[in-house]
Amino acid sequence: MSRTARTRITFVSTLSFSLVALWLLIAAFPFAWTFWGSFKVQSDFFSKADWMYALWGTNTIKETGNSFTGSGYHGAWIVEGFWKNFLNSGIVVLFTVIISVTFGTLGGYALARSGFRYAFWILMAALVFRAMPHITLVSGYLLPFFEWNIWGYLPTTIIVLVAMNQPFTIWMLHSFFLNVPKDMDESAMVDGCTRFEAFRYVIVPVMWPGVITTALFSFLLAYNDFTVTVMLLSEENETIIPAINSFLGTTQVEGKVMYAVAAVVSVTAPILVLVLFFQRQIVSGLTAGAVKG
Amino acid sequence: MKHRTFFWFILPTLSAMLLFIAIPIVSTFVQSLFIQHEQVLILSKNCGPFGCSETTSVDIEATKELRQGSHLGKFNGVGTYLNRSHLAFVEVGNAWVASKTFSGFLNEVLDLPFYGALMFTLTYTAVVTPLVLLLGLAIAIGVNGLPNMMKGPSIFVSLLPFLVTPLVGSLILFWMVDGDGIIGATIQLIFNDPNLSLKASTGLTWTMLIVYGIWHTLPFSFIVFYAGLQTVPVDTLEAAQIDGATKWQRTFYVVVPHLVPLISFVTLMLLMDNFRVFEPIVSFSAEAHARSLSWIIFNDLRESGNPLYGSAGATSMLTIIGVVLLLIPVLIRTWRDFKLRSL
Repeated sequence: MSRTARTRITFVSTLSFSLVALWLLIAAFPFAWTFWGSFKVQSDFFSKADWMYALWGTNTIKETGNSFTGSGYHGAWIVEGFWKNFLNSGIVVLFTVIISVTFGTLGGYALARSGFRYAFWILMAALVFRAMPHITLVSGYLLPFFEWNIWGYLPTTIIVLVAMNQPFTIWMLHSFFLNVPKDMDESAMVDGCTRFEAFRYVIVPVMWPGVITTALFSFLLAYNDFTVTVMLLSEENETIIPAINSFLGTTQVEGKVMYAVAAVVSVTAPILVLVLFFQRQIVSGLTAGAVKG
Repeated sequence: MKHRTFFWFILPTLSAMLLFIAIPIVSTFVQSLFIQHEQVLILSKNCGPFGCSETTSVDIEATKELRQGSHLGKFNGVGTYLNRSHLAFVEVGNAWVASKTFSGFLNEVLDLPFYGALMFTLTYTAVVTPLVLLLGLAIAIGVNGLPNMMKGPSIFVSLLPFLVTPLVGSLILFWMVDGDGIIGATIQLIFNDPNLSLKASTGLTWTMLIVYGIWHTLPFSFIVFYAGLQTVPVDTLEAAQIDGATKWQRTFYVVVPHLVPLISFVTLMLLMDNFRVFEPIVSFSAEAHARSLSWIIFNDLRESGNPLYGSAGATSMLTIIGVVLLLIPVLIRTWRDFKLRSL
């Protein structure tokens, strides 16, 4: 009796372990493969004849004399000027994160502390706004932006990304501030602080865990954005993701696909580092909305 | 909190959302009611030895002037909504009359751009969402049973497909399933067909996009369920065990009910994100076989030199209506909860 139960449990756990192992393989392999392949030449990365070529770099040795080559990276970063796109992305990401977290902190705090009905309606509106596909909003921007001559510049894109980020940001910080005891700021106000002073001296010192998590997600949104940046930025102001897309349009020529591969790896690397350092915050952020129900 | 203080605290975020989310929706709607001015045509008579003939030519100057005068174009009412690229009532009606079988009618309707895109978007959402929920739950239970030192690295690896932007993630897969890439070449080898291409047929393209969608969103449902598993009450589990419940019974009667609120949260997020599927179609260059609603809006706006703002606006409004329909059950439930709380 007990023996059959044990074997069944072993069978089930073997099954679930192999499912996990399979998933981890599927999740990691494409990244590992592309990273490794980005140091090869195109005829190795796309080696129909024998996939082992991509591992050993048979053609890479033939063409360059070494089994690793940085030519893809050289082509992307220097020949195609990818560093400029990276710089643009840096500017967009930095300002989007700072502005949207500032706005979101103030708004999220107010929503968490106000018991009035309109606070609920603002949160509901934010939920609906969060669901809007970004491209539907972008189609509303283009004509006015052309007319006011603000199309194509980084500040315009930053403001738009900040706005698109707000629904998520205020929801997250709203639920974070709900967990900060009300008594803290209220006792400060009893001691004679104004609401803003209570916020500044009592809430600001304790809010950093929530703010850092929110900032991470703002970072990801701004860094990863394609829809807004591809439609709203002129060619010289392009950020990394639309730049990769325009690589593809022009790089069907032999050898140039490797530029795009190198660019893709360069874009993925910072995300890898980010997850490495902030895994706990990212996980808690993903589940922030869920735990409250 | 006093109304006045609340107002100053909420002002920055609220004005950002009003200016760049609410007003653009209105502006999209206004755009959808207008249509670009037609080209100004000049009729001229050419008389030669063999009689006179009339030729029409485009007056470029006058057209430019007219279009410059008002960017919106001329008022078209709901005309754009009803034309062939959108709801196409006339074409649907004709197809209904002309086709003998229902599947023939369906085929004809799905050839219309809007219905084709709607069909793909709904199929994608309807297939990806439940599969991601199920697989996410299974993997979460699996990872939860791993030894502690393996949990962190598993989560790290799992997060990557989700956090890497769809455009880049789908490019990475696209290169692998390319006829010369590792997966594409292997599949050709297995089926012994050197011309087999995942990009060539509609069915395979859809499958490829759906597989990508699962790969990309699975981590989200996995992480949320995994976090939920950490809060399953140990006492209840032990009590069930003492009462003689098997592992399966414990999973179905204790763990799953505990996760039900999470399931509705994950479903909501997945529905919202899957409904806007767009970047993979660009990366896979799959537009010949699969177009989503977001993609056709993008395509209208990208129309080189001559963006179709009216058409993009109309599709956008129809998409927004679709999103709101998806959200209505959630909104009603939240409203009921809120009223219960305030009673």
